[in-house]
Formats: sequence, structure tokens, C-alpha cells
Amino acid sequence: MKLTGAQILIKTLKAEGVDTIFGYPGGSVLDIYDELYRSDINHILVRHEQGAAHAADGYARTSGKVGVCLVTSGPGATNTVTGIATAYADSIPMVILTGQVPTPFIGSDAFQEADIMGITRPCTKHNFLVRKIEDLSKTIREAFSIARSGRPGPVLVDLPKDVIQAQLEEDKTIAAKPKSEDGGKSPDREALKQALEMIVKSKKPVILTGGGIILGNASEDLQKFVKKVKVPVASTLMGIGGFPGTDPLWLGMTGMHGTYYANMAISNCDLLITLGTRFSDRITGKIANFASKANLIQIDIDAASINKNVLVDIPIESDCKTALVHLNKLLDENGFAIPGEEREKWIDQLGQWKAHAPLSYCNSEKIKPQCVIETLYNLTEGEAIITTEVGQNQMWAAQFYHFDHPNTFLSPGGLGTMGYGLPAAIGAQIAFPEKTVVDIAGDGSIQMNIQELATAVNYKLPVKIVILYNGYLGMLRKWQELFYGKRYSHSYIRNSPDFVKLAEAYGALGLRATRPEEIEPTLKKGLESPLPAVMDFHVEPEENVFPMVKPGTPLVETIINSEELR
Amino acid sequence: MGEKDRTLTLLVDNKPDVLARIAGTFSGRGFNIENISANITLNPDITKIIIVTTGDRATVTKIRNQIKKIVDVRNVSYLKTKKSVQREMILAKINFTEDNREKILAAIEEMECRVVNQEADAFIVEATGKKDEIDRILLHFQSLGMEDFTRSGKIAL
Ligand SMILES: Cc1ncc(C[n+]2csc(CCOP(=O)(O)OP(=O)(O)O)c2C)c(N)n1
Ligand SMILES: [Mg+2]
Repeated sequence: MKLTGAQILIKTLKAEGVDTIFGYPGGSVLDIYDELYRSDINHILVRHEQGAAHAADGYARTSGKVGVCLVTSGPGATNTVTGIATAYADSIPMVILTGQVPTPFIGSDAFQEADIMGITRPCTKHNFLVRKIEDLSKTIREAFSIARSGRPGPVLVDLPKDVIQAQLEEDKTIAAKPKSEDGGKSPDREALKQALEMIVKSKKPVILTGGGIILGNASEDLQKFVKKVKVPVASTLMGIGGFPGTDPLWLGMTGMHGTYYANMAISNCDLLITLGTRFSDRITGKIANFASKANLIQIDIDAASINKNVLVDIPIESDCKTALVHLNKLLDENGFAIPGEEREKWIDQLGQWKAHAPLSYCNSEKIKPQCVIETLYNLTEGEAIITTEVGQNQMWAAQFYHFDHPNTFLSPGGLGTMGYGLPAAIGAQIAFPEKTVVDIAGDGSIQMNIQELATAVNYKLPVKIVILYNGYLGMLRKWQELFYGKRYSHSYIRNSPDFVKLAEAYGALGLRATRPEEIEPTLKKGLESPLPAVMDFHVEPEENVFPMVKPGTPLVETIINSEELR
Repeated sequence: MGEKDRTLTLLVDNKPDVLARIAGTFSGRGFNIENISANITLNPDITKIIIVTTGDRATVTKIRNQIKKIVDVRNVSYLKTKKSVQREMILAKINFTEDNREKILAAIEEMECRVVNQEADAFIVEATGKKDEIDRILLHFQSLGMEDFTRSGKIAL
């Protein structure tokens, strides 16, 4: 018997264990959709292909599986690009299947032809154009393998219509999994030993975690390690959730909007151990002063990320989990003594910095965005999956919701993509139907993919959207306030829709709160609803995120609050 | 160590877009390609690409690490100048008149270059050599009134 390309595709996806696809149909993928009609794969129809890509991303970040999306050629494919670039920046495993015009038409400017291979080459880990049906199954297998192995990332497979319609004898069709999936490279034992010696000897050590701690599934091993060596932990935005936010050794986020004490810790430590971070400019502040008193140990799965932005003393090429398992084992085998008194002094010092400038805000007659998030944290007992948009909303979410578990904080850290949060929440909710999933949004960002409310309503996904409505593109307004003489050039967003009515128009629950005492009842009502709920909080319009490090200045110059700027 | 030319040898899968991936990695990350040559190897599935880039050692290590990540790139090695043979080639067109024909021919011979074609009023001359030799030859040809030339990328072994 013969199988069509479409049948081979679906069979291979099933063999890969794919149970959910986020997609949107079009002419060049009609054959695949016809096959899906007969398949038990769960296809989620979004309302915009960017939404499909972000939803697949949210699905991947929460479940740890490869997220899959399927779109048509031309505009369908180009609409996914922002979602792909977002996943690429954050190393999220995804496979994007795009329709393509038939192979004889490629290059002829055919209807709905786009060179999606060329367009996505710099924002995918790899991409494939399948030219013959014989290569189809094998290519799909490889795509999944590449997406999840090593430093993960999105992989695009371009599927010309004639390949999808062609036929092939069944016995030749479904390829086996590629043999070698490069897992973690075995870390250099000598380097690990050396690292451990430094850690044990260090008087003022700090651990800095990045997204690699979560992608590498290393959270438990990190906790074991920290228990033994008693080193405080700071994190990048992407590493949040990798170490419990309620642990006494947790310093919080570091960098541009990091806590004062995390930034002081990094600036004053004598040893910095980094796990799965690439030292982005948002983290280091002025790079010459970054951890300038410290020896650096960098553990990263990607050799190209080591010594890229910051030169380190001990580079260790390894995934975080393998490295930590080895370190824990070495500690158990060899025994060790940490310099008790010195270490206590350091932890004491950190406590003093924390007491000097804890994360805080002042209540007023208007709703404070931070208070909304704190209340949300309390009501959900810290157990919700939180997605964010971009802007101040994102930073407040990172600061005031205390994440105890990995894969529960989904934020487009690398690319900073407004419009990420809602579709990502949909993907997360599909992966975890029983969990509370909340998109913390700004009034600007939410309008970038608001159409996905229809998707949530359609699939009865009870995602919650908390809009911190300040009437501004707040993050930009803040920069204009502080650095551009309060010239609010195009950051005031007039005439946003009535979000309550909008929610209702979509068939979701719409709620609004304008006074502090309404925060809790509004959140309660929204969280309890079986429907998707939009909660519109009219917050203090000119509330600013602090602490903050001005670009180009060192972390020690962290500005704690607006008073300091006057 | 300061900026200088450095040569990388890549073994890559013989696929249509592999050059675009490599070139894109260079341009996207702000690295420089001084010259590039690509050609077959004994294995038809594999292409050998030789790239000359500039930068200090650390930069070239960064380039190498990034290039290694390209799925179709099987191997990247750094070519040590001292241990390898490196050649470039030029074809140059030099015009002559009855008056200076002999003088030009003598000069070509002196430089150990070869006339590969002779037209009514011009020679096509072939020369191979190391980069600095070729640079010198070109200067000399210019002084002889060279009209045009093409220069290959570097090949090395
Ligand atoms: C797609 C996209 N366009 C533009 C930006 C630049 N940008 C960063 S934050 C921001 C403002 C976001 O406004 P809002 O969602 O209301 O969040 P707020 O800062 O007010 O909480 C903008 C425009 C971006 N990050 N992403
Ligand atoms: Mg806003």
C-alpha cells in the first residue's frame, strides 16, 4: 500500500509522540489538514499564526516537550517569524511546519510563495526544505532531534505541496529516531574539581542561574547543591523558578531591574558560579564592572556562549544537570568544610543589603500594580503558571510573584516580544488543563495578540488575563520620564478598547477594578470562573519599576527608587 | 595577539544552502570574511570551505564556536600558517604594444608567472603564490599597465 506525504507526516509526528499541534490552515497545507481530520492529534486552531508559534512555545516551556505548529505557505509562514525568533532567543524546542508552493514553482514568485528558509535561517536552530517524499519522515525525525538536543531551539520544516501529495510505498516510509542525540557532554572532571575547591574556599560566593537551569531540568540538583555549599542564588529573568523564590538563600532577579541585594551580591562577591546564562547586557550592566572582584566559573551547554560576553576563569562545557550531579557526587565522596564564619558574615551582609532596600512599593488611593501581583500570588498560593507580556508588567511579575517551581514562569526574556503572554498562556493551559494559568499583561501588549481570546473561548480554556492598565506603554514612558525630559512621544495610548466589553464580546468574563479594595474580590471572581477571564486593573498611571540600573552603568549603581533620582 | 588574517577550514555537508548559513553567521554576528573558497572533496557528500577572516585569536575562537553550531558543518579547524601550504591564484590581463612587448614578457618571466593566452595586444597571465607574493606581483603588473585581473580565494592544505 502507498501512503501520501501528508499521511507519512502525521504518522511520523505520532511516532514522535506529538499529541498537540497549534496551527492555522491554508491552501498549501490542505492535504495535511485533510489528514488531521482523520487523526486523533489534538489540533488547536488559533486566530493568527503568531499566536500558534507562541502557543507552541508556551506548551513547550511548561511541558518540556517539543512544541509543534503548522501553518500555510507565504503569509502563514511569515506570520510565525516573531514567534520563532522569540523561541530562538530563549532556546525553546519547537518544530514549525510550513506549507510551501510545489517544488517546480519554488523561486518563481508563485502565489503565496515566501522564501521562509531564507527568512528564518538566522532565527532557527536549523531549517529544512523537504524536496522529495523519500526524505520526509527522516527530516521530521531529525527536526525533532535537533530541536530538543544540546541547547534546544526552534527548527522549521518547509513542506512543498507536491511532496505532501506524492505517494510512497508504506514499508519505506516511517524513519526511525536518529541514533545519536547529543545529550549533555561529559564535563571536564578536573575543571569540576577545581571549581569545587574554589567554591569551598570562597568567602563570598554567589550562584547566578539562567534559562539553562530550567531547560536542563536541573532545579532539584541545584537545590541539593545549595543545601550542601550554602551559596546564595541570584537569577536572570529566564532562570526564575529554577530555585525556590521562598528559600532564604534566594536573592531574586539580577540585572537592569534586579533586586538591589542581588546586584550588590554580584558586584561584591569573590566567586560567581553561573549556570546556563549567556551574560546578556540586561544582566551585566556596564560589563567592565560586572563581578569585577570575583573569579568566574561558567557552566553552559553551549561552547559558543562560554567566554562570549564575559571572560571566565573556569569554563565548563556541560548541561547544568550533569554538572550539578557531578558536583554533588564529588562533594559526597570527598567531604568538605565550608568556611563557616566567613560564609555567615557574607550571608549576614546580604541580609543587610536586603533590609536596606527590599522590593517594595507605597500604597496609595490608586491601585498599585505590584499589589495586584502580590494579591494574585497569595490567592494562587504561588502555584499558578504565569506568563507575561513585555514592559513594566513583566518586571513586576518577575519581582512580586515568588516562583517556587521551574517551568511556571513563562516570559519572552531574550526577544522581549509584546503579544507573547496570551497565546503562551493558551499553550500552557493545554499542557496543564488543571492548573491556573495567568497572563500578566500591559494594556499595550495585550492588544498585540488579543484575537487569541477567541481561541481560549473556543476551547473553553480558563486562562486568566490580568491587565495592568496604566494608559501608557509604561516601560517606554518611564524612560522618557527619566532620560528624555518627560517628552512622552507616542507612549500615551489613548482610546484603548473597553476591555470588559471586549472580553464579553469574545464570550469571556470581563471584570474591572479601579480601587485598591477591589483587587482581591476581582481576582477571586476571575480566578474562580470556568471561563477565560479578563481582569482589567486600572493602576497608578505613572508607577515606575524599581530598582533599576541605567544602561551603561555598573550594577553597584542600582537606583532603588525615584527619590534617588531627584 | 593582534589582528591578522586567520584561516579556517570547514568540512560541510554538500547542501545548497550551506554557504548561505555560513555567510549569514558571519554577517549576523559582525564577523568579517576576507576571502572564501569552496570546493569538492574526495567524498561527494562533503564540501571543503576555506575562509580567511581577520581578528585576534579570541574573536576567531568565537567565530569557530558559532560556525560549529551550524548543523551542516561537520568540522571546523584553524589552519596554522606555519604548518600548511597556502596558495592564491590570479589571472591578469596586461596590454602591450610593439614597443614594450619584449620588456613585459621579460618581466613576467622574471616573476615566474606564466602567459596562458596571447591576444593581438594583450597577454593573459597566470600566477600562483602566497598572499604576499600575489600582492607583490599585482603591484608589479599594475606598473606594467595591467588592464584587469581576477583573484581566487585562498586554498590550503
Ligand atoms: C513587539 C514589540 N514592539 C515594541 C516593543 C517595545 N516596548 C517594550 S515595552 C513597551 C511598552 C509596553 O506597554 P504595556 O504593554 O502597556 O506595558 P507597561 O510597560 O505599561 O506595563 C514597548 C512598546 C516590544 N518590546 N515588542
Ligand atoms: Mg501599559
